[in-house]
Amino acid sequence: MTFMNMVKSLSVAALLVMTPHAAMAQETVAADVQIEAPTNDNQANDNSAAADASTDADTSGAVGSYVPMKPTEGKGMPVDGGIDFQDQYSEVGQQAYAMHNYILMPIIVVISLFVLGLLLWVMARYRAKANPEASKTTHNTFIEVIWTLVPVLILIGIAIPSISLLAKQYEPAPEDALTIKVTGYQWYWGYTYPDNGGFEVISNMLPEEEAKARGEPAQLAVDNRMVVPAGVPIKVIVTAADVIHSFAVPSLWYKMDAIPGRLNEKVMQIDEPGVYYGQCSELCGARHGFMPIAVEALPMDQYNAWVQSQGGTIKGEGEETPEAVEGDVADTETPAVESEIVNTEDVAAGTKTAPTPAN
Amino acid sequence: MTTIAATPGEVHADAEEHHDHVPPFFQRWFMSTNHKDIGTLYLIFAVVAGIIGGAISGLMRMELAEPGIQYLQGWASMMQGSAATEDQGLHLWNVLITAHGLIMVFFMVMPAMIGGFGNWFVPIMIGAPDMAFPRMNNISFWLLVPAFILLLGSTFVPGGTGLGAGTGWTVYAPLSTSGSQGPAVDMAILSLHLAGASSILGAINFITTIFNMRAPGMTINKMPLFVWSVLVTAFLLLLALPVLAAAITMLLTDRNFQTAFFDAAGGGDPVLYQHLFWFFGHPEVYIMILPGFGMVSHIIATFSKKPVFGYLGMAYAMVAIGVVGFIVWAHHMFTVGLSVNLKMYFTAATMVIAVPTGIKIFSWIATMWGGSLSFKTPMVWAIGFIFMFTVGGVTGVVLANGGIDDAMHDTYYVVAHFHYVLSLGAVFSMFAGFYYWFPKMSGRMYNELLGQLHFWIFFIGVNVLFFPMHFLGVQGMPRRYADYPEQFAYWNEIASYGYAIMGIGMLVFFANIGYSLFAGRRAEGNYWGEGATTLEWTLSSPPPFHQFETLPQIK
Repeated sequence: MTFMNMVKSLSVAALLVMTPHAAMAQETVAADVQIEAPTNDNQANDNSAAADASTDADTSGAVGSYVPMKPTEGKGMPVDGGIDFQDQYSEVGQQAYAMHNYILMPIIVVISLFVLGLLLWVMARYRAKANPEASKTTHNTFIEVIWTLVPVLILIGIAIPSISLLAKQYEPAPEDALTIKVTGYQWYWGYTYPDNGGFEVISNMLPEEEAKARGEPAQLAVDNRMVVPAGVPIKVIVTAADVIHSFAVPSLWYKMDAIPGRLNEKVMQIDEPGVYYGQCSELCGARHGFMPIAVEALPMDQYNAWVQSQGGTIKGEGEETPEAVEGDVADTETPAVESEIVNTEDVAAGTKTAPTPAN
Repeated sequence: MTTIAATPGEVHADAEEHHDHVPPFFQRWFMSTNHKDIGTLYLIFAVVAGIIGGAISGLMRMELAEPGIQYLQGWASMMQGSAATEDQGLHLWNVLITAHGLIMVFFMVMPAMIGGFGNWFVPIMIGAPDMAFPRMNNISFWLLVPAFILLLGSTFVPGGTGLGAGTGWTVYAPLSTSGSQGPAVDMAILSLHLAGASSILGAINFITTIFNMRAPGMTINKMPLFVWSVLVTAFLLLLALPVLAAAITMLLTDRNFQTAFFDAAGGGDPVLYQHLFWFFGHPEVYIMILPGFGMVSHIIATFSKKPVFGYLGMAYAMVAIGVVGFIVWAHHMFTVGLSVNLKMYFTAATMVIAVPTGIKIFSWIATMWGGSLSFKTPMVWAIGFIFMFTVGGVTGVVLANGGIDDAMHDTYYVVAHFHYVLSLGAVFSMFAGFYYWFPKMSGRMYNELLGQLHFWIFFIGVNVLFFPMHFLGVQGMPRRYADYPEQFAYWNEIASYGYAIMGIGMLVFFANIGYSLFAGRRAEGNYWGEGATTLEWTLSSPPPFHQFETLPQIK
């Protein structure tokens, strides 16, 4: 990181401190969240629905059909016997990765080796044979001040990039960013797309044989992925329906707890298309280890095609039409947030007449 | 540290009291009011609990040695006496991790450090005949026994998906409330209540003893560092444990009396529980390590034949660690959705702890500097402690960064970090203290060769066991997983080998205890020679049943 960047992010940090509300990424919603897990029947239906969708995607018109992307070996997943972080596919991830590998790692390795070296040297130099007569020194103010101040300086050196990293991670998504709601259930994930008509994708782990048959890593592969557009900021809202889960994708440096009664927001922006795997990261009961996460990032047009294959609507087009037509109705009858949901059907109708995005 | 001028007359006076009335067996060990006997009971208890907790981690490493579920279902079937379902097997996994954590924290490290070594040596080191409240001391110990039985018993009653409490040692709501039906979690909570009450009573006892029963001339700033460490620990216990008690009581009422403290649907908040738990939980980790700091200070000084370097700095560093330890708790909660300001604060505050910790590390090295070092078993463990604790400490600095923790949180990196500070830090200091004082307590020398062998095997074992967990963590392997993608297989297999090596080391340890108790050379009063300057070295080994009936004068 260049010095200028550091200064820039520091000033961002200072700004954030002054305007706490802008930076709040957390809202407590006590009663609104439904604590009601879908039954297994629902899952089964959703599975078959997803399967159907991929086969009759051609009905959605010019955009072409959605075929689950083949994961790239070693990308977005752990590697055999790996000793470093997974490659990072988000800007925040790259910044954090750089901070860890180029600032923290050198510092902690040097400190550890310094302490080890001192110990070994002292053990050799002052062993009883080499030094039969012990000194009686018990104080040396100068050295005590040094070993208090130097660590303080080192820690300040760590804190500056650390605070700027935090500020970066908390930059809110632009207001028009696509919103996706992630819900943790015992023991699977649900992905709701409120900006695309509000459908929910239920995501279960694939059995080992099936994962292998599809060329995907076992215990990470899922039947229906969380499909997102690549290259744009996405506002991800994370919550849970029963107990606490945690939505985590290591290759995106992304982890946010899914807590019943809370809506946690964190921006996700993925650099390039690909499949990125993660696993539930908060103990949530017996099958805690068996509710993986698979995020599939697609170029915007393919994402839109996927949305349509799910029976959803395209965000940009949907908003313009109904707002012009039904703005007054929404104002008088329902709060702004709900109006989108109320209007879903009109939105769906709207997309059919609106021109499809260029392919 | 203080130089103690004990006159030979005192030692003689003690020697003559050897045959003062030692109570009969039952009265002595079951109705004890003697700090040394209670200390011995605590140590035996901690060894038993350590064997059980360690065996549980052995089961865990067995299951994790290769990908796939190998044994869990079979073990679950054995426990419930009928064929277990796959989910019941997986639930057993959560029971194992929960039991391992709770046993090691509440029934191994704390009883050994505070109840065992604290009871044995705090009164002696300050020149007191016993603890301030000997009967309360007894009940502190005997509350632990039913607590432990409750915890072990909870694994045989229904706890939701299967038998036992599978909530993790953190007992997060709502997994521990609506997520775990059946009496197991209630039993575990009651067990924590009893263990907590035991510790609070113990803390009151230590604070009173240290404040009121120091021998004439022993001012606060002349107290040996181990006494300082136990004093700070006792304050942490006194302030932190009531918060835990409150939190788990609320869990209990949420579970049984339809309150909704932690239930969002009833207006409560699951994150509130985490704040309460970690307000206790973070001081708790210092409770587990501070007495170790004290012991290591004594051992380093003894085997360097030099007083501790920077005594006051060492004492006040511990006080600083204790104080700052109370204002950093939310770094355990970086991913719950804290606001950015809160996260920045907890990042900065957490890093501050590295400063007093650094002072201690460097002061130990400075104590050795210029000394005349002999590498007896306790010293080897203490030096091992310094280095391993440093490694655990620097990974703590990494984790302190809220922005970095987003990748590390709840992964094996965290598991590696806290095992380096506890399993290699606290446990190393306990072995150091054990070898240092075993002859004092038992009257018999341990075997030096076996002690060194124990150190080297254990040292290699735990490093092979825990170091690869850093790799697993940065690669993204979450903790509390019974099974994992095969990419994580390599380092998991290595870690399991490490456990086996460590297990062999422990066999050497037990062989050493057995050998020493029956065939060890008799130990004289001060078997470490001129470096050992605190009051316990003025007494015989073992000390008389009642020491210091005439109080020693400290110059």
